[in-house]
Amino acid sequence: MTDIAQNIPIAQHPPAPRATGVLGWLRANLFSSVFNSVLTVLSLTLIATVIPPVVRWGLLDAIWSAPNGAACHSGGACWAFIGEKFRFILFGRYPVDQDWRPVIVVGVFLAMILAACSRRMWGRRLAILWFVGLSAIFWLMAGGLGLTHVETALWSGLPLTLILAVVGMLFGFPLGVLLALGRRSRLPAVRAICVGYIELIRGVPLITMLFMASLMLPLFLPAGVTIDKLVRAQVAIILFSAAYLAEIVRGGLQAIPRGQIEAADALGLSYIQRTRLIVLPQALSMVIPPLVNSFISTFKDTSLVLIVSLFDLLGATEFALTDANWQGFYVEADVFIALIYWSFCFFMSRYSQMLERELNRGRRR
Amino acid sequence: MSEAPSAVIELQAVHKWYGDFHVLKDINLQVGKGEKVVVCGPSGSGKSTMIRCINRLEEHQQGRITVAGIELTSDLKNIEAIRREVGMVFQQFNLFPHLTVLQNLTLAPIWVRKLPRKEAEETARYYLQRVRIPDQADKYPGQLSGGQQQRVAIARSLCMKPEIMLFDEPTSALDPEMIKEVLDVMVELAHEGMTMVCVTHEMGFARTVADMMVFMDRGEVVERAPPKDFFSSPKSDRTKAFLSQILAH
Repeated sequence: MTDIAQNIPIAQHPPAPRATGVLGWLRANLFSSVFNSVLTVLSLTLIATVIPPVVRWGLLDAIWSAPNGAACHSGGACWAFIGEKFRFILFGRYPVDQDWRPVIVVGVFLAMILAACSRRMWGRRLAILWFVGLSAIFWLMAGGLGLTHVETALWSGLPLTLILAVVGMLFGFPLGVLLALGRRSRLPAVRAICVGYIELIRGVPLITMLFMASLMLPLFLPAGVTIDKLVRAQVAIILFSAAYLAEIVRGGLQAIPRGQIEAADALGLSYIQRTRLIVLPQALSMVIPPLVNSFISTFKDTSLVLIVSLFDLLGATEFALTDANWQGFYVEADVFIALIYWSFCFFMSRYSQMLERELNRGRRR
Repeated sequence: MSEAPSAVIELQAVHKWYGDFHVLKDINLQVGKGEKVVVCGPSGSGKSTMIRCINRLEEHQQGRITVAGIELTSDLKNIEAIRREVGMVFQQFNLFPHLTVLQNLTLAPIWVRKLPRKEAEETARYYLQRVRIPDQADKYPGQLSGGQQQRVAIARSLCMKPEIMLFDEPTSALDPEMIKEVLDVMVELAHEGMTMVCVTHEMGFARTVADMMVFMDRGEVVERAPPKDFFSSPKSDRTKAFLSQILAH
C-alpha cells in the first residue's frame, strides 16, 4: 500500500489562469454577471450625477475668504464662514484671551487617548498618567493656582465635548462592569438593585435625564446648596452610559463557559482574582464591537447637553450661526463639525478592529 | 489527623440532591496518603459529582467531607485552603484560552501561592518538561492538540504542588491516538506517590496503577475492591454487567 502511494505521485496541475490586464480586471470585478453589470452601470450613473455638483459647490464655486456673510453668497460653499467662526466653534464662550488653555487641553486629551491605545502602556503607569492628565485638564479649564478663574458655564466647544465624552466613558465603563457583575450575583438584594437600576435608566431617554438633572434636581436640594450644572450633566451621562454598557458586558459574561470558572475555582483563585484574571479579560474581548458601538453613541449623545444650555461642539456651532453678520451657513457649519465628530468616531472604530485582531491572535481554534 | 497512614480524603455518609433527585446516596470513602483510587460506573452514576464534591465544585447536603485534615464547610477560608492542596484535571481541559501556556501554569502560583514570577516560571518549565511539551510554553492553548492541552492542564495543576490530584474523565474528550500520551503522564505521576482519585473508563490504566477500584451505580458505591479482585471476581451483579459491557470490545 505505502509503496504504491509513494511511487505514483499525484500529477501537479498549474493553477488556473487568472485574468490579467485592465480588461481582465474589469471583467472579473465589474461585469462578471448580468446583475453585476447592471449594478456597475447604475453606480457609475449615480457617481456621475452626485460628485460633480458636490465638487462644484464645495471646491470650484466655494468662497474661501470674505469680509462678511453678505459677500459670501455665490451658490458655492462659504468656507469663509468657517474661517471666521473657527475659533468660536472650537472653544465657544471660553474667554478669548485665555485661548491657549483649551488648545493645550485638547492636546493633552489627544495624547492621553493615544497613550491608552498602546497595549504595552496598560497598567498602573497609564492610570497615573490619566490621573495627572485629567487633573491638569481640570486645572487648565477652571483656573486657580496662578491662572484666571473661568466658571464652568463658559466651558464650551471641543474641550467640553471631550470632557463629557471621555469622563462619561471613563466612569461609565467601570460602573457598567460592576452592574453587570452585580446582575449575575448570587445575592438577591444585589441582583435586584442592579436589575432595577439598569431597567429604570434604560427606559428613560437621555434628554429626560438631562432635564431632570438640570431642572428638577435643584428643587429637591436644600436651599443654598447648588451643584454645578456641568457636574449634573456629566453625572447624567455617566449613569446613562453605565446602564447600556452593563447589558453589553453581561452578554460577554454569559458567554464564558462554566468550565473556565470551575478551573479557576479548582486552582484556588478567589472571586475577585477569578473575575479579574479569567472572566473579565475573556468576556470583554468578546464584546468589543458592541462596546465600541456604545462608546461612539455616548460620544455623539453628549451633544444633547445643548438643551440644558451647555455649549459643547454642536452648541457652540449653533451659537455661531446666530451671528447677524453671517446668516444662513448651516450646511457649511454642519459639514465642518460632522467632520470633527466623524474623525473621532472613525478612529474609535478602526482602533477597536485592530484591538480585536490583536487580542484574538492565536487564541481561537 | 492522628496516627498511622490515616486518610487524606474522607467522605462519611455523604448525600446530595439535585432538587428531588438523589444523586449521591450515603457515600463512604477513605483515601490514604499516596493511594490511587479509580472510580468507574455507568454515566449518570454520580461518579463525577462525587469527585467534584471533594474540592467543593459541588456542594454536598449531608454528611462530612474532610480533605487534608480540613473539613469542608461553607466557610470560604476552608474551601480555598482545600483547593490549594487539591489539583483537578477536567474532561474538557478548561485551559484559559486568553493566556499562553506559560501564563496558564504560573497564574495560580503567582496569585494564590504568592510566588515570585521568576520562581513560578521555573516551576512551570520544569513541569512542562515533565509532561513532555517543553517547547510549547509561549503558544496559546488553541494552538495545541487535545492531548497536549490535557497535558498542559495536568502541569497547571502540578504547579500548585498539590497533595492530591483529582481526574474527572481526563481522556474522554480525546482522540484515540492521544489517550496514551496523557495516560503515560498519569502513570508516571502515580509511580511517584501522588495521591490520586480518577474517574475513568480506561481499565488498562486502572489495572496498572489503582490500589482500589470503586464501582458506582445510581448514586451508590456498589463495590470496592483491589483491582485484582475487582476484575477477576466482582461480587455484585451490577459490577459484572458493567464490566462485561466495558471489557467486551
